[in-house]
Amino acid sequence: MTFLELVRKNLFRKKLRTILTTVAIFIAFAIFGVLATFQNALNSGVDTAGADRLIVTNRINFTLPMPIAYVSRVGAVEGVKTVAHANWFGGYYQEPRNFLVALAIDPVTYLDIYPEYVLPKSQREAFLNESGSIIVGEALAKQYKWKVGDRIPVKSNIFRQRNGSDTWDFTLAGIMTPGAQGVDVNFVAFHYKYFAETRSFGGDTIGWLIVKTAGSKDNDRIARTVDAMFANSPFETETKTEQAFNKAFTEQLGDLGFIITAIVGAAFATILLIVGNTMMLTVRERTNEIAVLKTIGFTSRRIFQLVLGESMLLAMIGGLLGLVAAFLMSVVLQNVFAGRIGVMSFTPGTALIGLGLMASLGFLTGILPALRAMRLDIVTALGRK
Amino acid sequence: MSEALIVLKDIGKHYTRSKQTIRIFEHLDMIVPREDFVAIMGPSGSGKTTLLNLLGGIDRPSSGEIQFDGKRVDDLSESRLAAFRAGSIGFIFQFYNLMPMLTAAQNVELPLLLTKLGPKARRERVKTALEIVSLSDRARHRPSELSGGQQQRVAIARAIVSDPKLLLCDEPTGDLDRETAGEILSMLQTLNRDLGKTIVMVTHDPEAARFAKRTLHLDKGRFSEKDLSA
Ligand SMILES: Nc1ncnc2c1ncn2[C@@H]1O[C@H](COP(=O)(O)OP(=O)(O)OP(=O)(O)O)[C@@H](O)[C@H]1O
Ligand SMILES: [Mg+2]
Repeated sequence: MTFLELVRKNLFRKKLRTILTTVAIFIAFAIFGVLATFQNALNSGVDTAGADRLIVTNRINFTLPMPIAYVSRVGAVEGVKTVAHANWFGGYYQEPRNFLVALAIDPVTYLDIYPEYVLPKSQREAFLNESGSIIVGEALAKQYKWKVGDRIPVKSNIFRQRNGSDTWDFTLAGIMTPGAQGVDVNFVAFHYKYFAETRSFGGDTIGWLIVKTAGSKDNDRIARTVDAMFANSPFETETKTEQAFNKAFTEQLGDLGFIITAIVGAAFATILLIVGNTMMLTVRERTNEIAVLKTIGFTSRRIFQLVLGESMLLAMIGGLLGLVAAFLMSVVLQNVFAGRIGVMSFTPGTALIGLGLMASLGFLTGILPALRAMRLDIVTALGRK
Repeated sequence: MSEALIVLKDIGKHYTRSKQTIRIFEHLDMIVPREDFVAIMGPSGSGKTTLLNLLGGIDRPSSGEIQFDGKRVDDLSESRLAAFRAGSIGFIFQFYNLMPMLTAAQNVELPLLLTKLGPKARRERVKTALEIVSLSDRARHRPSELSGGQQQRVAIARAIVSDPKLLLCDEPTGDLDRETAGEILSMLQTLNRDLGKTIVMVTHDPEAARFAKRTLHLDKGRFSEKDLSA
């Protein structure tokens, strides 16, 4: 028998009580893990944003269009390396509930600016060469069982073709994979030119510009220059770093971060009380035993470790099971929500925060009972029978 | 090396509860020689348990001095006192005080967790201790599966497993029938005679006291020695 075994035997002495407490901890950690996964998804755009990329949008609202002439004018600003542009298509596949993030882009510049959207060389070439082609993220391809060469009808809830149809037929030229952890490729993209020529309204306008700068130190200056250039025109602009843009975009959904923190906080406050109370009860029941252990020579420090070790072990067991469950759920959710809200990944960072929470829970619920046990007076405790 | 294992010099002990002071001992002296087996008798409330607590280093005197093996122990720090208890003293209680979730062998092993002994040496020690109390066949039983007498034997094995010099027993047979009590007392006698353990035993039962070498009577905080061997 080791000291740790003694801790474990103490913990599982009242099996039902320990199991119920473990379940409470398990639920709290599962909630934490799943919500953190959602938050990671929402933040994935912010975390993977390029430091040398700026987004230029219409100042009034980022959904309003801008003239295509802006591309060459922004491209002429000193320190700008590349300018790409994109339009929001409002796409869906077959039925409106199969919502797609669909973008009309300038293929060459767009793929140049976003090297993290990885395409095999041949597929990239096929896409660049054929104006009616489309590229899609790998999860979408998997979900809808699309293969390279397939005809893919994409419908729009905004645009119509000149012939009145709401459906554009594309040929699948390539399947994108993420070039790094957290990169979101859950979208489809096709040629702007083809789109502009076939749509019934909107003419030669674009949705937003993506600017690659010579380096992040130039960002501020370029942003100011661009916005000044179009000031007092019918299409004023607002230029932000990609990171700031993605963050603002995420915040459009409401302050989800706060809501998530509040829910997790409430769950933890509850288990803190439940587990703390259980530990207190446990130590009170064992008053006599603790006095006996002290009598046979266990130091106050050992007794402290024995009790704190028990609450730590309890938090670890419940917490780890909860995180494992959250991880499994994140895999399922990634498939269910494919493409709709960023990359649903259970990151090492989440696991690390989880471990921190376990340690805090174990410590906070064990510290008072442990101190109480440590300070227990042998004579008083043994005499109380 | 002195003949005395324990020396109590001019011990005073009082408790203060809600402004009232209860004096238990004043100017108490006592010497326990090595390999002694002394029974302590006396009316309830006379201070028998308090005396054992002082001898065992789980309580401190209000005044006076306690020596164990020639060294002063009443002024040791909390942690040294714990180490002293672990190394030099075995405790046997009236109600056995075993850990309910541990087997007999694990209960006996408990004090060895405080030593540097490896798993193998510990197993050997536990085996020997259980053999001494003739309970080898119950090593894997939990306290709830043992009779009172068997539980007390496990407690004795736990008390001797780290080979202490002194055994302190507070009414070790108080909860047992006469026959079982006789077995336990013979066992203590054997430990005293064959293994040289010094034993101080508190008891209410004159029959039990007969197993000791001598009996001290405690009354109102003072000793009066009576020779019962006559
Ligand atoms: N922690 C304490 N606080 C206050 N008074 C105490 C404490 N411990 C013991 N006493 C008092 O000291 C006196 C002696 O108690 P002790 O337990 O030593 O008696 P005892 O001889 O063992 O009695 P019994 O035969 O009933 O076990 C009693 O009056 C008791 O009330
Ligand atoms: Mg007593």
